[in-house]
Amino acid sequence: MSIEAQEKKGMSVSDEVVVEMIDVNKWYGDFHVLRDINLTVYRGERIVICGPSGSGKSTLIRCINRLEEHQAGKIIVLGTELTEDIKKIEEIRREVGMVFQHFNLFPHLTVLENCTLAPIWVKRMPKKEAEEIAMHFLEKVRIPDQAHKYPGQLSGGQQQRVAIARSLCMNPQVMLFDEPTSALDPEMIKEVLDVMVDLAESGMTMLVVTHEMGFARQVANRVIFMDQGQIVEQNEPEEFFTNPKSDRTKLFLSQILH
Amino acid sequence: MKPSMPQRASPSSMPPAKAGTARQKGALPWLGRMFMGLWYLAGLGAAWIIISNFDADVFKRYGPRMLSGLLVTTQLVVLPLVMGAVIGLGLALMRLSGQRWLSLPANVYMTFFRGTPLLAQVFLIYYGAGQLRPWLQDVGLWGFFREAWYCVLLAFTLNTAAYQAEIYRVAIASVPKGQWEAADALGLPRRITFVRIILPQALITALRPLGNEVILMIKASAIASVVTILDLMGVTRLAFARTFDFSVYLWAAVLYLIIVETLRRLWTRLEARLTRHLGQQARAGKG
Repeated sequence: MSIEAQEKKGMSVSDEVVVEMIDVNKWYGDFHVLRDINLTVYRGERIVICGPSGSGKSTLIRCINRLEEHQAGKIIVLGTELTEDIKKIEEIRREVGMVFQHFNLFPHLTVLENCTLAPIWVKRMPKKEAEEIAMHFLEKVRIPDQAHKYPGQLSGGQQQRVAIARSLCMNPQVMLFDEPTSALDPEMIKEVLDVMVDLAESGMTMLVVTHEMGFARQVANRVIFMDQGQIVEQNEPEEFFTNPKSDRTKLFLSQILH
Repeated sequence: MKPSMPQRASPSSMPPAKAGTARQKGALPWLGRMFMGLWYLAGLGAAWIIISNFDADVFKRYGPRMLSGLLVTTQLVVLPLVMGAVIGLGLALMRLSGQRWLSLPANVYMTFFRGTPLLAQVFLIYYGAGQLRPWLQDVGLWGFFREAWYCVLLAFTLNTAAYQAEIYRVAIASVPKGQWEAADALGLPRRITFVRIILPQALITALRPLGNEVILMIKASAIASVVTILDLMGVTRLAFARTFDFSVYLWAAVLYLIIVETLRRLWTRLEARLTRHLGQQARAGKG
C-alpha cells in the first residue's frame, strides 16, 4: 500500500485491528451468500466494497453489526467476538454506526429526536447534552436549520445526512455504509458524498458498499471486489482501477466505468 | 400573430371544460339531495314520534333510569376495551414472536373468539358457570361467576381482546423492517425499540380499525341486557315492557347515537394528533 497516497489525503491508518473476519460463511437456505470471507480492518481504514448485485457485499457488512447472522467462522469486532449473546451484540452495535440505502429514519420523530433517541436511551445521556451533541453533528452534515422538522419534510439527500448524523451521535468507532447513495436522485448524491469525505478525513474507520468509483478513488485506501459471495480481489484504489488482476474484476469495471 | 394567440386559445379551451363540470354538478347533487331528503324525512318522522308520544310520566319514571343505564353501558364498553387492549397487545406479540409454542395458543384463542357469536360467548360463560358451580365453589371463584355483571365483563373483554389482537398484529407487522434494523444498528434494546419506535407507528395504522371496534363494542354491549344487566338496552326493554310506549326505543337510539358520535369526533382528533408529522409532510409536499 502506498504510504505517500495516504499522507497526501491526510488520513492515517494505524495497525490496531478493529474488525476481523475469519473464514466466515453464511447461507440463506441453500444459497451460499458468503464463502470463506477473511478480512482484517485496521483503525482509520476507508474500505470500499463493490461488486455485482447479489454478490454478498451488503450481507458482509450487515454481519459486522449482526443485522445478519453468520453460520460458520468468526467475526471479532473491537476485540469482542460476535455470538448469540445479545448483551455483547448490543455493546458492539453501540460502537458501530450504520447508514442504510433507504435512510430508515424514524418518521414520527423530528430530526433532532432521531439523533437524540439512542444517546438518551442507550447511553443514558441527559436530554440537554444529547441535544447539544446532536446539533454539533447536524452542523457537521450541514443541516442544523432542519433540526425541528420531520424526516418526511426533507429531501432524500437531507434525510441521508440526518441518518449519518444520527449514527455519529453515538460516537461510533466504525461506520458501515450500505449503498448510501443508491436511492438518491443524481443531484443529491454529491451532498451526501461530501459529508462522507469529511468523515473520512476526520479519521473515521469506514466500510462503504457503493458503486461510486469516484468516491473510492478519492478517499478509499482499499477497494474490495466481491462476486458470488467471495472476496475476489482487493487492492489500493489506483492499482485496483488501472491494473485489475482477475477477469471478473476486469469485466465488472468495464461495465461500470464505461 | 402573437397578440391573437391567447384570444384564440381561451375561447376554444374554455367551453368544453365548463360543459364537463356543469354536467357533473347537475346530475349527482340532485340525486344526492333526493337521498338526503329521504333521510331528513325519516329523521323528522322519528323526532315527531318522540315529541308527539312524549309522556311526562314515562319520562319522569324512566328518564333517570335510562341515564343510569347509559352509565352501565359506558362501563360495559370502557372496562373491556381497556383490559382487552392489554390482553390483545400481549396476544399480538405472541403471534409475532415467531415461537410456535407462543403463536399457536394465541392463534387458537383468536380463531375461537372471532369465529363464534358474542351472544354465544356470553351464554357460555354465564350459563356454563352455573353448570360448573360445585367446582367453582371449590376453587373459590363462584363469587365472581355468580354475578351476571362479571360474566358479561369477562365475555366482552375476552371477545374484544381477540379482535384488538388482530388489529395490533397487522399494524405492528406493517411497520417497515428497516425501522427495526435502524434501531438495532443504534444498539437500542428491543423493549425500547418497540415502545418508542414501532408502537407509535403501528398505532397510526391501528387507529381506524380500532375506532370501528369501539363503535361495534358500544352496540354489541346491548347483548348484556339478555342476561339481566340493566344497561341502556336493558332499561329500555324494561320501560317498553311496562308502558308499551314505542318511543322509548327511539330515546335509546338517540342516546346510542350520541355516544358513537362523540367517540367518532374524539377519534378524529386523536388521529390528527398521531399523524401530525404526516400532515406536515403533505403540506410541505404541496408547497
